[in-house]
Amino acid sequence: MEILVCVKRVPDTSENEIEINSAGNDIERDDLVYSVNEWDNYAVEEAIQIVDKVGGSVTVVTVGDDESEEVLRREMAMGANNGILLSDDAFEGSDGKGIATILKAAVEKGNYDLIMTGAQADEGAAQVGGMLAAMLDYPYASLVNLIEAGDGKLKVGREIEGGNQEMNDIEMPCVLSIQTGINEPRYVGIRGIRKVASVEIPTMGASDLGVDAAAVGAGAAKVKRVDYFVPDMGEGAEMLEGSTEEIIAKLIEYLKAKGGLK
Amino acid sequence: MAEQVFAYIKHDQGVADDSALELIVAAKKIYPDASVTAVVTGAGSDLDTICNEMAATYNAVWKIDNDALAYPNAEVVRKALVNILPADSIVLLPHDTFGMDLGPGLAIKMDSAFVADVVDIEGIDNGTLKVIRQEFSGMASAHVTCDISGGAVMNIRPGVNQPDESKSGGGEVVDKSGEAGDLSTKRTYLEIVEAEAGDVDITKSEVLVSVGRGIEDEDNVEMVFDLAKAMGADVSCSRPIVDAKWLEKSRQVGTSGQTVKPKVYMAMGISGSFQHLGGIKGNPFIVAVNKNPKAPIFQVADVGIEADILEFIPELTEAIEGL
Ligand SMILES: Cc1cc2nc3c(=O)[nH]c(=O)nc-3n(C[C@H](O)[C@H](O)[C@H](O)COP(=O)(O)OP(=O)(O)OC[C@H]3O[C@@H](n4cnc5c(N)ncnc54)[C@H](O)[C@@H]3O)c2cc1C
Ligand SMILES: Nc1ncnc2c1ncn2[C@@H]1O[C@H](COP(=O)(O)O)[C@@H](O)[C@H]1O
Repeated sequence: MEILVCVKRVPDTSENEIEINSAGNDIERDDLVYSVNEWDNYAVEEAIQIVDKVGGSVTVVTVGDDESEEVLRREMAMGANNGILLSDDAFEGSDGKGIATILKAAVEKGNYDLIMTGAQADEGAAQVGGMLAAMLDYPYASLVNLIEAGDGKLKVGREIEGGNQEMNDIEMPCVLSIQTGINEPRYVGIRGIRKVASVEIPTMGASDLGVDAAAVGAGAAKVKRVDYFVPDMGEGAEMLEGSTEEIIAKLIEYLKAKGGLK
Repeated sequence: MAEQVFAYIKHDQGVADDSALELIVAAKKIYPDASVTAVVTGAGSDLDTICNEMAATYNAVWKIDNDALAYPNAEVVRKALVNILPADSIVLLPHDTFGMDLGPGLAIKMDSAFVADVVDIEGIDNGTLKVIRQEFSGMASAHVTCDISGGAVMNIRPGVNQPDESKSGGGEVVDKSGEAGDLSTKRTYLEIVEAEAGDVDITKSEVLVSVGRGIEDEDNVEMVFDLAKAMGADVSCSRPIVDAKWLEKSRQVGTSGQTVKPKVYMAMGISGSFQHLGGIKGNPFIVAVNKNPKAPIFQVADVGIEADILEFIPELTEAIEGL
């Protein structure tokens, strides 16, 4: 099975405090730790496991800048066979539809049976997979937490409310967005990264892909972020201050009063 | 003429989803005078119950009755909506596992803009709609504009709009079933597999000590059980703890886990994503311990403590044991 996995380089929210810059037009990017979007690691792991079982190859692709190459390399260290970087000044400022338009062109350059995305990325949009599927006219299933490969089709489980699972048959080629917990993504050590350090990763721009530059980028975006801001959330929590002993004493008083201690 | 907005009504076994009465509130934030049409798809007698219920609130109800829609498979629903909705429509969906499945593809097929997980709507200026979203797991809020001149699909976060209980719609039910068209798809719904029950039922717990990714390592989970034991509480957790297989799924609090209604909820090293908070009901007293003072959990907690849980939990346990 030929599998394409879309991956994105994002600020790692478990490693960073996200601060808004003074102009309010971006977050503070200096000193940010970046990593592969959490959901995408699960997608790549799943792709590798499927190929281990039924044969084929895994290609990872990202739309980004030169620095995004590092996430492709990381996923190749995990076991993806090929990487493709989609990069062009014309792609900058794309909205979800723009990103999906670029990825669609990359899909059409290959011959993939299965395309995977993460369920969502740093903007919490959960949109690129579904858009890509609709553009390709492929069937789509989101939030997939189980895949069984069959002949020309897959049996997939979608995680829905309450942790219940919605089972579906889906014909290939198809697009699936992957939910965390579907597998346990393998650990990538420094040695693995070193092994793929000098592998050539092709870069494709708008003209290589045959993408109309006017259909992507900031100019084509119907959805635009204007600014970041700190919401006025009212009072918020009463923050307990003082020494640890004092904080614990106050907390215990609260817990007693609210029925938190038995 | 008032602008036309459509709201997709989710329902199950004759009961409308909470989002049903929230979406009309979102619609009126776009156009205060909007004529809002509820779109109800399904099959069988439940469908009429829902349609009549929605007619009390919405200005109109479009009913699509078809066996293929008996289960709301987003791929089938999408085809029906594309066939029935006028071009340039504004369509509202809940941002849940169904809306995520349907919204992005629907927007492409309707050639309209898509905005996900809208938490508030500021209004319209010159064909451009301004909404509020959150990014980076709720750590940053953003104003986002959307060009709705060619229509839009918007997924509205559940729970952020108070339901419209006024029943002042007085709409009529219009049967649109005949226009649904070809509903064949390449994805077939098979069945629902229910989540397994675990050894503790956290939905019944009065006090929960809930642990998140801040616990950092599997070996540290034990200290959470020690604290819970000292308090007479049960242990629950956020999703990453289950994904890592450190605790069983039945202990996960959130939209894709359990809905809990304790008296006291201790969030230890949990950031406070909306999917996590969506599982906490009944307005408990929330204590949050987090080393990041800007963590969104502090906006919903009653009491907050900025601390490293790996140090704080053992000290708190010891203090409670000494009482
Ligand atoms: C469709 C869908 C459904 C989902 N359903 C659920 C659900 O049911 N339940 C759920 O929980 N999530 C769910 N999620 C995931 C959710 O979006 C978040 O990713 C998740 O809730 C984050 O868990 P967390 O707060 O433990 O981790 P993080 O967001 O990584 O937060 C960890 C927190 O710990 C703090 N911290 C780190 N180290 C320490 C320390 N030593 N001491 C103190 N604090 C520390 C950090 O400052 C941070 O605030 C769902 C997501 C999707 C897309
Ligand atoms: N710039 C990008 N390059 C490649 N894939 C992307 C990009 N942005 C989003 N995706 C994919 O789409 C998924 C969902 O992201 P989003 O729709 O932005 O929440 C991610 O997990 C990726 O698989």
